[in-house]
Amino acid sequence: MLFLIFLSSGLFLGWSLGANDAANIFGSAVGSRMISFKRAAWIASIFVVIGAVFQGQGGSETLNELGTVDALAGAFTVSLSAAFIVLIMTRRSLPVSTSQAIVGAIVGWSMFTGNPTDYKVLGKIVSTWVSGPILGMIFAALLFLLLRRVLQRAKIHIIKLDSYIRTALIIVGAFGAYSLGANNIANVMGVFVSSAPNVNLNFGLFQLDGVQILFLLGGLAISVGIFTYSKRVMEKVGNGILALTPEAAIVVVLSQSLVLFLFSSKAFASLLISLGLPPLPMVPVSSTQLVIGALLGIGMVKGMREVKITALGGVALGWVITPILAGTLTFFSLFFIQNVFGLKVSTLEIERAGDVITQLQSPQITRQINMILPGLLVFSVGVIISLIYMFFRQQKLRLKTENELLMKQNEIFNSQRALKDLEINSIQAHNTVLATQLELKRQEYNSILLNIKEQKEFLENITNEIHELIGNKNIEKRDEKLKELSLLLKQRMSFTREINDFYEKIEETHKGFTEKLQEKHPDLTDNDVRLAILVRLGLSSKEIATLMNISPKSVEIARYRFRKKLGLKERESMGDLLKNI
Amino acid sequence: MNMFSFKQANKSIELIDNFLNIIDQGGLIFKEGVKNYLHNNRESFVDNLKTLSKLETEADVLKRKIENILYTHSLMPQLRGDILKLIEELDGIMNQCKKSLFQFDVEVPFIPAELNQDMIKLTEICISAVESVIPAARAYFKDPASVKEKIHRVYLYENEADKLADAIKRKVFQDMPGIKRLSEKFHLRYFTLHIEMISDGAQDVADLLSVMAIKRTL
Repeated sequence: MLFLIFLSSGLFLGWSLGANDAANIFGSAVGSRMISFKRAAWIASIFVVIGAVFQGQGGSETLNELGTVDALAGAFTVSLSAAFIVLIMTRRSLPVSTSQAIVGAIVGWSMFTGNPTDYKVLGKIVSTWVSGPILGMIFAALLFLLLRRVLQRAKIHIIKLDSYIRTALIIVGAFGAYSLGANNIANVMGVFVSSAPNVNLNFGLFQLDGVQILFLLGGLAISVGIFTYSKRVMEKVGNGILALTPEAAIVVVLSQSLVLFLFSSKAFASLLISLGLPPLPMVPVSSTQLVIGALLGIGMVKGMREVKITALGGVALGWVITPILAGTLTFFSLFFIQNVFGLKVSTLEIERAGDVITQLQSPQITRQINMILPGLLVFSVGVIISLIYMFFRQQKLRLKTENELLMKQNEIFNSQRALKDLEINSIQAHNTVLATQLELKRQEYNSILLNIKEQKEFLENITNEIHELIGNKNIEKRDEKLKELSLLLKQRMSFTREINDFYEKIEETHKGFTEKLQEKHPDLTDNDVRLAILVRLGLSSKEIATLMNISPKSVEIARYRFRKKLGLKERESMGDLLKNI
Repeated sequence: MNMFSFKQANKSIELIDNFLNIIDQGGLIFKEGVKNYLHNNRESFVDNLKTLSKLETEADVLKRKIENILYTHSLMPQLRGDILKLIEELDGIMNQCKKSLFQFDVEVPFIPAELNQDMIKLTEICISAVESVIPAARAYFKDPASVKEKIHRVYLYENEADKLADAIKRKVFQDMPGIKRLSEKFHLRYFTLHIEMISDGAQDVADLLSVMAIKRTL
């Protein structure tokens, strides 16, 4: 429990590293929305943990060479001081390096406890602060040149290129996260290594020793930092210093990852040795400073136009200020911890004071814990939970889709019903019109029937009267009667009632026309209006004469007068004028 | 953000290619339409008008599809603004062609026979500007470095179109006493202007492309 309390400062440093340094890997991709934060955070977290657990030991060994912080309280103070300095520097927006802070803090611890500082190791570490960014710069420049050449030659469609870049950003980001975990876990947990529990967890496929468990915890702390705080940082740097083209972003991340990887890979170091070359020291380097180096490399290829000299100044300032501040703070904090709380900050010092204390450094037996069964159990539970989750998610999705389908069907049904209603309404309206027309026709037939009947009666009367006249000897009376009959027939021939009916119907049909005409020419008589209607119907003067019961000559005169009333000129057509009303 | 798939990328490439083809075809149809109008081939003119109208609608549909796919699948977040602007500008050229040809149909301008050759030449130059901008637009997607060497033709054609349009307007107002009415002169000036605006549209696209190409150059 006490161990965990002391470890909290390291975990805090891990959290701070995750919050800040994950942005160096996924900042461009997330800031430019090429990859969603959630996906970036998952990839970064998983690979940071893997890197930390399986390749994290190199860096911490070098730190231990510098100074083995062998008391838990000392490690706590060293880590806390470094974390505090990183926090302050981050707040001041300086390109801070966790490694420089931790190195400064360890030197501060050595000075306080009187442990000799190995200047050779210190020199090796300090040299990486310069060589790391320079290597990053060289890698970035070369990779950038190579990528530019390849892209120019390949002539890939921009959209296809975009999809390749997305995939590449994820792969390179995963590699970057792995390298970050491998290299920088030493900063987070390096000082606690000598206090690591002496256990060995066997998971069947792999085993984790005490240090790796420590690194696993550190990696998890980094992941928490990534999930809880790095989104803001990613969006800030992604739209600020790392607002790069996606191609440049790949180069920056890849060169940074390569340097981080090389400074933490034992295999690469042995390869160099086997080739007779000096190996690269396994030292935690600052990813922020590597990014600045990489950006400089790209800037150099582009012709130094975009190189910001102030950024270089910031890096140099970080080299000097961070270790000094961290060292000083550690020195005073240790004094405080030792004298106020009375905690041991170094076993060496205790020995020097002559206290008889049983040393814990005597060889211990490593506790072997078999984790195969619990591991399998956890794995199976995990798989079952995921399957249940996926099942319910699938169900939910299926229900949602079905619901949407139903809603759509409902909409279609509603619109179909509305259409049918409309159709029914229109059919009903049509039926009403047809019924009215039927009634009208019926009335028309009735009137025709009546008319025929009347005509028949009239003709029968005439025939009877003519029959009576045949054989009538009184010529005078006969002539008188014949005259009477002739007059009757003439009267009948004027078809007054039929004509009146005809006009009624016509006026009914052309109601709008007569109203408009009378509105325009209020001085028109009823006869004029009738004439206008007949002209509008396109009837000839002869036809009009019959209908108006006047001679064709009279029609011509009436037309002439009507033209005058309308104010028509010689060439203007009366028919056209009337049709346009 | 949806999971990106290569299928979507291929689909959007196809859509953009189709869109550019349609703009290219639109230019050719417009040229034919103007020629048919000037040569009094009414039937062919109406046919061209219908085809152009159809192509314009297709271009609009494709434009919307491209917008949709680029946004919903978050393709090229940094460049899609530029690409959509390019599509918009190219669609603008298509709209101008359609509008112009419809104006011929609606307003039935009286164009004296002696202007026929000039009008045809102006149309040809303007459409050449459009035809030259299409390969440049295609090059932007695959080979941005070659955009610059392609767009210089557009500027040349636009310049020539300007000169010819000016000459036509000058001729109408100063050297053609046969056209008595000012309204007729104005009418001819407007039609010259409408055709000339097509090459202006091509020039706008060329300007946009040159900036976009610089942005894409690493």
